[in-house]
Amino acid sequence: MSIRLRELIRSVRQAKTAAQERDVIAKESAALRGAFKEQDTLYRHRNVAKLLYIHMLGYPTHFGQMETLKLIAASGFPEKRIGYLGLMILLDERHEVLMLVTNSLKNDLQARSQYVVGLALCALGNICSAEMARDLAPSLERLLDAPNSFIRKKAALCANRVVRKVPEVIESFIDRAAGLLNDRHHGVLLAGVTLMLEICTVEPTVIPVYRQHVPTLARVVKTLLMSPYSPEHDVGGITDPFLQVKILRLLRVLGQGSAESSEAMSDILAQVATSTQAARNSGHAIQYEAVQTIMNINVDAIGGLRVLAINILGRFLGNRDNNMRYVALNTLAKVVAVDGQAVQRHRNTIVDCVKDADVSIRRRALDLVYALVNEGNIKTLTSELLDYLKVADAEFKPDLTAKVCLLVQRFAPDKRWHFDSLLRILTQAGAYVKEDVTRALIVLLTNAVDLHGYAARAMYAALASDVEGAELSLIITAAWFLGEYGELLIGDAGGPLLSREYPQVAASTSADVVSLLERVLRRPQLPATAREFLLTSLVKLSTRFADQNERIQAIIAKDRSSQGLEVQARACEYSRLFGYAQLRTQLLEHMPALDEAHYSRNVATADAIDMSTEPAAAQMSENGNVSASNKLVNADVVGDLLSMEEGTSDPAAGGASAVDLLQDLLGGGDLSNGGSFGGSGVIAQGSAAAPLVDLLGGGGDLGASLGAPQPPPQDPLAGLMGAGTPTRGSAPIAAPTRVESDPFADISGTGHQAAGPLRAPAPAPPQPTIPPRTVYDKSGVSVVFTFTKPGIPANTDITATYRNSSMHTVTDFSLQAAVPKFMQLRLDPASGNTLQPFGANSVTQQLHVTNSQHGNKPLAFRLRINFSIDGASQQDQAEVKDLPVSV
Amino acid sequence: MTIKFVLLVNKQGQTRLAKYTEQNLSVEERRALEGEIVRKCLARADKQCSFVEHRNFKVIYRRYASLFFLVGVDNDENELAILEFIHCMVETLDRFFANVCELDLMFNLEMAHFVVDEMMMNGCIVETNKQNVLAPVQLLEKGG
Repeated sequence: MSIRLRELIRSVRQAKTAAQERDVIAKESAALRGAFKEQDTLYRHRNVAKLLYIHMLGYPTHFGQMETLKLIAASGFPEKRIGYLGLMILLDERHEVLMLVTNSLKNDLQARSQYVVGLALCALGNICSAEMARDLAPSLERLLDAPNSFIRKKAALCANRVVRKVPEVIESFIDRAAGLLNDRHHGVLLAGVTLMLEICTVEPTVIPVYRQHVPTLARVVKTLLMSPYSPEHDVGGITDPFLQVKILRLLRVLGQGSAESSEAMSDILAQVATSTQAARNSGHAIQYEAVQTIMNINVDAIGGLRVLAINILGRFLGNRDNNMRYVALNTLAKVVAVDGQAVQRHRNTIVDCVKDADVSIRRRALDLVYALVNEGNIKTLTSELLDYLKVADAEFKPDLTAKVCLLVQRFAPDKRWHFDSLLRILTQAGAYVKEDVTRALIVLLTNAVDLHGYAARAMYAALASDVEGAELSLIITAAWFLGEYGELLIGDAGGPLLSREYPQVAASTSADVVSLLERVLRRPQLPATAREFLLTSLVKLSTRFADQNERIQAIIAKDRSSQGLEVQARACEYSRLFGYAQLRTQLLEHMPALDEAHYSRNVATADAIDMSTEPAAAQMSENGNVSASNKLVNADVVGDLLSMEEGTSDPAAGGASAVDLLQDLLGGGDLSNGGSFGGSGVIAQGSAAAPLVDLLGGGGDLGASLGAPQPPPQDPLAGLMGAGTPTRGSAPIAAPTRVESDPFADISGTGHQAAGPLRAPAPAPPQPTIPPRTVYDKSGVSVVFTFTKPGIPANTDITATYRNSSMHTVTDFSLQAAVPKFMQLRLDPASGNTLQPFGANSVTQQLHVTNSQHGNKPLAFRLRINFSIDGASQQDQAEVKDLPVSV
Repeated sequence: MTIKFVLLVNKQGQTRLAKYTEQNLSVEERRALEGEIVRKCLARADKQCSFVEHRNFKVIYRRYASLFFLVGVDNDENELAILEFIHCMVETLDRFFANVCELDLMFNLEMAHFVVDEMMMNGCIVETNKQNVLAPVQLLEKGG
């Protein structure tokens, strides 16, 4: 015999540890299972009540699902009630057993007792699935006209779920929903307005039809505003704020894009905004909703109202209650796109909110500040934010840093300010600075010749003042700058101090610079990336400071036994480099100015490539230790090599930036995968890229997949090096005329073979290539699927290309796709919906598919295609199947 | 525009009532979610605002003595109105149990559910008039 519910609760409460609680529950679950098996009807409802409790505690209760169904089928009301409650809590629409309850629900919807009908409606509204919704929609329509308000309100909300699940049945509810507006009962009105809102969301074409009800809605609000105190609906001195809020929201949906409706509702909105007593929360809730409605409906019709709304928000913002400030910020963030000027007036208050003690407020305020910044106020706002960055909590810093970096990059008025701000961020919150920010800074500075000396001084000072605490991003940027422009620190080489530049910690001798880098290198637990940068920086300085040559050599030599593969390889390579004096000077010349336009373009493509070459990148990090975080390192080294190339033979290559080549390097992984490399044009930039291909070592197959690159001009370096290894393995296949110019292969010898930043990744196992497939081609309209694998075998990205070869323009083209249950599909928006005749343009759309049964079941789609051709709308279906299982 | 869940949690973080309309969460996920949210909300000071953003929910919470009422909504909901709704819920429960306390809710879990079900359905507010909410529940209590 099982215990009573109270006793169960009591014993759970007495459990002192989680383990004891688990024991109690396990014991009780076992007892319940036994009771269920014995078909114990007497205590069934008590047992289900226990299950609810156990479920709430977070333990499995699936074994009791059938019991709830039995209770629902029982005739007694208490059993039914607990049964429905169990149904709503223990089950959800994904459970197959739910189908079994459809019949009971149908019966109960026709029951004589309003309370039984109410229960059934409540359950239906909370958990019904699409099938159930379809089956039960007719009974629901009937109940919407029930004489009893208790049933009407529940039926309306139930219809809410039904139209969402089965949009086909929406027709029969459109008028009924509007009919509920004439109801006197507040609950029914509220439910009716909610249903209308849902219908507008599911089927936006209904909105114009519903606009005729604007006057009715306005009248309802007016009655609520004017009504004397009514105890049933009074909340803080306001009559039914919930209903008012809902109606205002519906007005917003109806008023959007219609001047006439906006006009019609402007009076009542003004009344709500002015005459609502804003002393209590309920009044604020209504004003808040009214403001949102005013800001969203048609502008011209209600010019003056907008000022009123902004003023209300200003009052909210000045309120001491944080809740009010939160909603004000929230609304201003939505408004800023519509009326930026009005929001600017509150700028100071908003900036203050960024410093609030409350993280919710801070986040909102930060978003808003971000939206408010423009060229005019960037300096003041950024300095405010930077001041705050110093004291912000750790939790908030990443967000703040990322936002400030973006702002600086977007609106910086001049390069010096840009550099100064980013340097401040690097010193104060270096840990949160993303790598692309530092990279962009380097690109920016190489282009500002007059700032080189200044940048070197500032970086030196920043690093010197915090050798022990400097974050990775600061170390690597400083290392880069000191390596490049270190000689400008000595004497007057860097030019005079700029205006408003104060002498800081400065280096007077070359030894100081090297010492600083050495001190940083000596830091315990220095990240490997920083070490790599510092080594590169030092080897560069060795050509600038002849007097420090031996010392630098000694420092680098220490890392030849480093445990980090990458660091070791680098140290070995650089050490060998000291044996080739002439080569070294050429190799380590100053970087050419990096092309900014080129860089920003490449950032965009590199992002795309990053996504498409995930396996290649993974491969690289395994083999060559060239992980994503090392990109900058690569840029650096590759950049150096590029400058060597330029210095010796090929001025024409000047246009190709280091970043460009970095991309080649990353792209290399892709190439050896046999995948499609979007930016192959970049690689084919011939002369500049070709040496890199050589440098990539065993890049025979790589060279081959490049097509036939222009053979580079004869490279004197090759001669210098004694032509290295003139022919190698598979290289001749690609470009037999090419002269090897692979100094590093020679220099670093086997060490280079073991590991190195320049090594090509081992070729990944060949990916099956999937030919594009035409999945639909009728009356001139064609749909072609192109498949790509983003990396994970189960995922497939499909580019659907739509064309129209007929002689009429196709408009309103849309494609819907359905997939079997084992697949998941995500559709990105299409690039357009109009197809010009004779195939003049094409529209693409991305489909992202995850196949949970990858390898067992092939992808399959059913497509529905809608379009209007020559004014006549058409609909068609197509199936895509028999794709290879490997896709 | 809908309510995703209603949670009642005591000061120790134990769930006393949970009602989800967001249904694609497994029992384990719910448990994890509750833990995270409760930790976040309980750590906040009285003066801070009653809204916390968590994952893709916005949690609106209000404290009554040792009990916290937490309501999860999507991003497009009137936060102040929900705050008012919480209060309405509390007042209704208070009237039903005559000075509601944690123990009432614990030992009459199903009654609490019935009351909340009368007020909210499928994430939307059904009824806020206390009389209308309680009438069916009380009537049946006497009869049943």
